[in-house]
Amino acid sequence: MSTNEMWRQRRRVVQALGAAGALGAVGGPKLAWGQTGKIKVGFMLPYTGTYAALGRAIENGFKLYVSEQGGKLGGRELEYFTVDDESEPAKGADNVNKLIKRDNVDVIVGTVHSGVQMAIVKAARESNTLLIIPNAGVDEATGPLCAPNVFRVSFSNSQPGLAMGIVAAARGYKTAVTITWKYAAGEQSVHGFKETFEKGGGKVLKELFVPFPNVEFQALLTEIASIKPTCAYAFFAGGGAVKFVKDYAAAGLKEKVPLLGAGFLTDGTLDAQGAAADGLLTTLHYADNLTTPRNNSFRLGYAKAYSTKADVYAVQGYDSAQLLGLGLRAVGGDIAQRQLLYRAMASAEIDSPRGKITLSPSHNVVQDFYLRKVENGENKSIGLAAKALADPGRGCTM
Amino acid sequence: MRNELAMDLATFLVQCLNALQYGLLLFLVASGLTLIFGIMGVINLAHGSFYMIGAYLAFVLAPVFGGNFIATLLAGLVLAVIFGYVLEWLFVSYLYERDHLQQVLMTYGLILVFEELRSILVDNDVHGVPVPAWLNGSVQLGDLMQYPVYRLAISAVCLAVAAALYFVIARTRLGMMIRAGASNREMIQSLGIDIKFLYRVVFAAGVTLAVLAGMIAAPVSSVYPGMGAQVLIVCFVVVVIGGIGSVRGAFLASLLVGIVDTFGKVLFPQAAGVAIYLLMAAILLWKPEGLFRQS
Repeated sequence: MSTNEMWRQRRRVVQALGAAGALGAVGGPKLAWGQTGKIKVGFMLPYTGTYAALGRAIENGFKLYVSEQGGKLGGRELEYFTVDDESEPAKGADNVNKLIKRDNVDVIVGTVHSGVQMAIVKAARESNTLLIIPNAGVDEATGPLCAPNVFRVSFSNSQPGLAMGIVAAARGYKTAVTITWKYAAGEQSVHGFKETFEKGGGKVLKELFVPFPNVEFQALLTEIASIKPTCAYAFFAGGGAVKFVKDYAAAGLKEKVPLLGAGFLTDGTLDAQGAAADGLLTTLHYADNLTTPRNNSFRLGYAKAYSTKADVYAVQGYDSAQLLGLGLRAVGGDIAQRQLLYRAMASAEIDSPRGKITLSPSHNVVQDFYLRKVENGENKSIGLAAKALADPGRGCTM
Repeated sequence: MRNELAMDLATFLVQCLNALQYGLLLFLVASGLTLIFGIMGVINLAHGSFYMIGAYLAFVLAPVFGGNFIATLLAGLVLAVIFGYVLEWLFVSYLYERDHLQQVLMTYGLILVFEELRSILVDNDVHGVPVPAWLNGSVQLGDLMQYPVYRLAISAVCLAVAAALYFVIARTRLGMMIRAGASNREMIQSLGIDIKFLYRVVFAAGVTLAVLAGMIAAPVSSVYPGMGAQVLIVCFVVVVIGGIGSVRGAFLASLLVGIVDTFGKVLFPQAAGVAIYLLMAAILLWKPEGLFRQS
């Protein structure tokens, strides 16, 4: 017998004893497990490290929706388990197995880091555990690795790029240079941009790469200046995004070659970027100034519950819970009815704070993308970049 | 269609400037590392953290001095000297007789401690440090590119530090002791030189150089978690290429790495990440001890 199995057996014995004790005490009727026990939700999110704030926002958003529903989804109460994935891909498989094998969760909600996400997707496919991805954009999760039990409510890496390519072509830009870190997320974003930009009649003259997570951009800025494209598309995040935007402005390129980017270029970085970011255009599925009643009430509720401002990650956590809730409602809380559950989730229409969203055949979110302009330290939506934009889901056979 | 390898003269010259500027900044960090490594025989993985601490000092101290850059810099340097001195006394002084594994463990532990302290004392966000107003202009180069004056000022500071280091090491009594210490520890001890004090000074100087680099780089690099790690790796490449313990070697190697990295990125974007490691491999094949091995 493997250690894992022993663990599980021991846990079952302990659980059974505990349950029997509880029942004996209240003398209640016998409960049928499966339909009336608590649904076990496992959060596999970063709770420490650079992405800690994102992990917390996702969990907060999820729990906010559940509490709005009176603490139940599909008539069932929830029991939470958490594992800190530390955004550490090397520990990904071990960590996800803590939820699947040790805690026996019914559904996994995770994660932020794309490398860790790959490990979670693989484990979820093998164990046929329901998985809802609240952030990581790695294309493969709803591409070659798509599965009936894997859903994503955030975005795919290509999506913001696809949206920005449409905008750039529509604005009449003829040529572009792209620049990003040489890693999957950056390459997928850049390829999204190139696809729609060239379809719209533009031409990408050169794709520039910086080794991840190197932030020495000067040589490539000189290269952009000498190529003289009519616009540039960049994918960077965090510290790299701050430095790139500042260097770009300091090199005098900002006025001459308009800089376009995926939303992450100016999300959570505006304070540090200062004036260098003013006027930059980015595309994302959320913006700071959406004033729909839905978004207003969400932001108010979030601020009340957690005394902090909601962000895009909180929205994604909130929608993870909405998706699970819609699925559970369709099967009357009976999570064992897998086929019905998955079908209900795949065809769900979610009333998200960002707008209405649905899912594509490969289970990636189909959503509007906003064109946002940086003004007074905020990412303000100045219109739609693309309506109901879907990831092509290449490589998905499902 | 643009030829991938073609480059006009103006662009080439600007790229040379980029290479020089990056190389000089690398030297500032690597010189401290090579001193500590070569003279004290300690593999100091925490050196990147000193660079990070410098950048965060620039961020934290700037408001204290009302944005006066020079005052911030001086205060940071004083703190760095004290910090380096105390750190050597508390931790590093126990490492000299130990083997490399224990040194690596201790200094790696220090990285974790510094990162965690950074997280507790400041936070995990990215921060910007403003460029001092009197250096905030830029120089027009060619018809598209501007070169920020502040970057040129960084290079000037690095050159001044390099010259000062050369003078101290080649022309002063302290420099003589340092050179002697690098080549034969036991001998200079038996000549009555206080090796403990010498080590403490060298370590404090190494820390101060890295902190200085972090402080002056902060306005252009911004300040963020884990920023020391990537600097550390490149600096080890510089130290190994230059020859362990040789400041002259570190200077030359920094410039070489700057050139290879800059032109590698532009000419072979798909393989940019490996260019400097290929350079290191090639040089080690030719000179296994590095360019200027002190021994």
